[in-house]
Amino acid sequence: MTELTRPKRRLFGRGSASPEPGQVPVSASFVTGQVRPTDDPFVAVQIAESDPLLAYLQTASGPVELARLELDSQAVRELREAGIALVVPLVSQGELIGTLNLGPRLSEQEYSTDDRRLLTTLAAQAAPAIRVAQLVREQAHEAAERERLEQEMRVATLIQQQFLPRELPNLPQWQIAAYYGPARAVGGDFYDFIEMPGGRIGIAVGDVTDKGVPAALVMARTHSVLRAEASRSDSPGEILARANALLVPEMPARMFVTCLFAVLDPVTGRIVLANAGHNLPYVRTAEGVVELRATGMPLGLLPDIRYQETEGIIDPGSSMLLYSDGLVEAHDPANQMYGFPRLATEMAVDDAGSELLDRLLDTLHAFTGPDWEQEDDITLVTLRRASGVADATVHASTLLTQFSVPGEEGNERLVMDRVAAAVADLGLEPARLERLKTAVSEAAMNAIEYGSQGRPDIAVEVSVETTPRAVVVRITDQALSGPVPSDAEAPDIDAKLAGLQKPRGWGLFLIRAMVDEMDVTTDGTSQTVTLTLVREEGA
Amino acid sequence: MDPTEFSAAVTGTADAARIHCTGDLNVRADGAMETAYAEAAALGAHQITLEFEDVGYINSTGIALIVRLLTSARADDRTVRAVGLTDHYRHLFDITRLSDYMEILTDAPVGVPTGAAATTGGEGA
Repeated sequence: MTELTRPKRRLFGRGSASPEPGQVPVSASFVTGQVRPTDDPFVAVQIAESDPLLAYLQTASGPVELARLELDSQAVRELREAGIALVVPLVSQGELIGTLNLGPRLSEQEYSTDDRRLLTTLAAQAAPAIRVAQLVREQAHEAAERERLEQEMRVATLIQQQFLPRELPNLPQWQIAAYYGPARAVGGDFYDFIEMPGGRIGIAVGDVTDKGVPAALVMARTHSVLRAEASRSDSPGEILARANALLVPEMPARMFVTCLFAVLDPVTGRIVLANAGHNLPYVRTAEGVVELRATGMPLGLLPDIRYQETEGIIDPGSSMLLYSDGLVEAHDPANQMYGFPRLATEMAVDDAGSELLDRLLDTLHAFTGPDWEQEDDITLVTLRRASGVADATVHASTLLTQFSVPGEEGNERLVMDRVAAAVADLGLEPARLERLKTAVSEAAMNAIEYGSQGRPDIAVEVSVETTPRAVVVRITDQALSGPVPSDAEAPDIDAKLAGLQKPRGWGLFLIRAMVDEMDVTTDGTSQTVTLTLVREEGA
Repeated sequence: MDPTEFSAAVTGTADAARIHCTGDLNVRADGAMETAYAEAAALGAHQITLEFEDVGYINSTGIALIVRLLTSARADDRTVRAVGLTDHYRHLFDITRLSDYMEILTDAPVGVPTGAAATTGGEGA
C-alpha cells in the first residue's frame, strides 16, 4: 500500500521516510493468496511530486491496470519493475491519500470485474479509516513537536533571565529604569549594567538574531564577553572590538549580535558610546530629541572591526533611551509599524524617572491593541538625570544609613524615626525635617501596604544619603501589588466630604507636597521611591 | 504605656465637647476615634473640639479618620474645631484643605468645660 500524507504541501514534498526531496515514500504490499509472492513483500517506490501518475490516480474511478496505462511516468515504470499490476487509488473526501498496489494474480489471469468491484469497495471502506489513522498520527506528532518547542522556550527564557540584572544601579541624581518583555518565541535581547572604575557605569543593550535556545546561548556568551572586556578597558569602542574578535570564531552560522555599549559618568553626565549595528539611542534635551550617532558592524560577523565612539552630555533634566527593535517594529492590527518617528515623538515628553518607560509601554499597547501577539523581545532602558535639585552640578553623596524593616503595618513609624535619627546632625530646619519625616513615613507605609502586602517576611529596604545640597531617601519594596499608580485620583476634600471619594488616598499627595522631588523606578521585581529634599530653603 | 498608642478622652456638655487625643493618629486610632465621636454625639454637643497637643504623629490614614469624623459631624449638623496642632500639622491641615471645614485654633479654647468623662483607647488599648 502506498500512503500519502497531509498536509498537501507535505504530500508531494519531502517524505517522512528519508526520501529524496520532491518525492514521497511509497510502499507496495501484496495481498496473500492473490498476488505472486516475492522475497520481499514490501517494495518502496518513490513518486515525484510532478509525476503525472498522481494526477491520474486522483481522478481515476477505480483500479488502474498498469499494463494498459499510457503515461510517461517514472513512477509507472518503477511500479511495473516492482511487479505491480494493479493500482487502486485510496481517496478520502476527494483527496488521494494512498494507493493499494497489487501484483499479478497467481492464476496469471487478469483481474476480473468482480475482483475490481471488490477492490473498489475495499478501497472505499479502507480510505476513511486510513485517513483517520493518518490524522491521529499527525496530531500526535504535532503535539510532540509543540511540547518540544515549548520546552525549548522554557529553557531559553530561563537562560535569558539568568543573565538579566537583578537590580538597577543606584546612582544619586539619576533615575534608571529598565524593561525586558520576552516574545512568546523568546528572542535574544539583553541589557546589562557594569560597574567600571571611577564610579562610571557601563550600559549594554543588545539583540541576538534568531530565537529560542540558540539565541539565548549566544546572548549568554556575549554577556560574559562584554563583562570580561569591560574589566580590561574603559573605551566602549575597544570593548566592542575585543568582544567581536572573541565572538567571530564561535558565532553559529547566520547569527550575529547587535549591541550598543555606553559608558556613563554619573557625576558629569558625560556618556561615551560605541555601536555594533544596534538602534541609536535617543536623548531628550532642552532643545529637543536627538539621536547619538555611532555606527559599526554587528558583533560576530567579520573579524578586525573597529568601532567609532561618540559622546555627549546628559544635562540635568535630560533623559536617554536605549532600546531594542521589538518596540519600533511592533505592528498594529492594520499592520502599521510603531516606527521611529512615533518613538521620537513620545520621547519628547518630559517625564520623571520610570514614567517615560511606563508611558512608552502604554502607548505601545494602545497602538498594538489588546489582541497583539508580541513579535519580538522588547528591551527598554531609560536614564534620567534629575533636574531642579541638582542643577548643573552633581555632588558626591554620603551614605548616612541603610537598613531594612519587616513589611508589617506600623513599621512606617520605625522607618521615619530611623531616617530622622540619621539626618539629625545635618542641621535641617525643623520644618524641613518634619516634611521629610512625613514623606518618609507615607512612602514607607505605601511600600509596606502595597509592596510587601503587610507581610513581615517581605522586607522594605531604606537608604539615606546626603549631598551638600540635599538629602536623598530611597525606599525599595518588592512591588507585590504592582507599581505605584502614577495616575491615582488626586484627593479632593470636597469630594471626600460629599462621599464621592473615600476618606483615604492622601499618601502620594502628601509625599509630593512634602519633598522637592519624588521619583519612582522599577525593574519588574522591585520598586524604589526616591525622595529628595533640599537641605536649605531656596538652595 | 506605649507613648505612640492612641487614646481619646471625651469631655463636655450639650453645647460643646472636647476630644483630647493622645499618641499617634494613624490607622490604629480608627476604633478610638469612632467611639470618641459617638460619645461626643451622645452628649448632644453642637461643637466638637479636637485637641492635638499630645499627638506626636499624624499620617495620611489619621487624616482620613479626621475626614470621616468631619463627614459625620457635618451630617449631624455639628461644627468641628482643632487645637494644639504643631506648625507642621497645621500646614498639613491647610494643604489638605481640612482647615476649610474646621476652625484651627492656636490657643486652648475658652469656655469649654474640662474634666474627663470617658477615655477611649486605640487598637490594643
